Amino acid sequence: MSVPVWIAVGLLGGIGALGRFLVDGIVAARGGRDFPLGTLVVNVSGSALLGLLVGLGFKGDKLLLAGTATLGSYTTFSTWMLETQRLVEDGELGLAAANVLVSLGVGLGAVALGRWIGAHL
Amino acid sequence: MPGRDRRELAAIFAGGVVGALMRVALVQTHAGAAPGWPWVTFAENILGTFLLGYFATRLQERLPLSAYRRPLLGTGFCGAFTTFSTMQLEQLTMIDAHRYGLAVAYASSSVIAGYASVHLATLYVRRARTVT
Repeated sequence: MSVPVWIAVGLLGGIGALGRFLVDGIVAARGGRDFPLGTLVVNVSGSALLGLLVGLGFKGDKLLLAGTATLGSYTTFSTWMLETQRLVEDGELGLAAANVLVSLGVGLGAVALGRWIGAHL
Repeated sequence: MPGRDRRELAAIFAGGVVGALMRVALVQTHAGAAPGWPWVTFAENILGTFLLGYFATRLQERLPLSAYRRPLLGTGFCGAFTTFSTMQLEQLTMIDAHRYGLAVAYASSSVIAGYASVHLATLYVRRARTVT
């Protein structure tokens, strides 16, 4: 990997993290505080976009920069798990289970749908 | 934009830069190391989740409130070092290959190990607090 590609990975990773913070803030401000809807929206939208890139035929450095660097930083596993564990600590077992299952199910559907749309554009 | 917000955004960006570089560096150096099971994504997600559990608990419950530590280490670094979208794409690839058991095992072991790592990091920080 060349130096310009590494620099782009860093910058796009930073932008992805900022995008996550902004989208999470907007959704959380509207969706209330009981359920971590912001992270769900971030992860599902990022998965759909990654599927779209793959469906459009992105490969090599293009997929690395737009997908692995940008969308990889935009979506997050750690926050999803932290929020799930805190829901369990608060006794919200149903919400915690829903957070896991809905994220996995809708996220997988989103990446498959995104790829299908990309392949048919 | 108020100064505190700008510093918060700069901290998230800086953490995101480092988290993404470390994640991509691991992907590049270990690509195709073990076909079948996505060890790189799995290990990054579990390690990053342990660190987030540690930072979040420590910053919230032990250290004085700071305007930039949580955005830098939590939202920026751990958020960018771990990834959800790549994990979902890897699962879809397993399903493409009709390896349904592998896809279920990958998703469930990621969740179980991720959850356990937050739990253990949280216990570790709280235990340290009661001792000191």
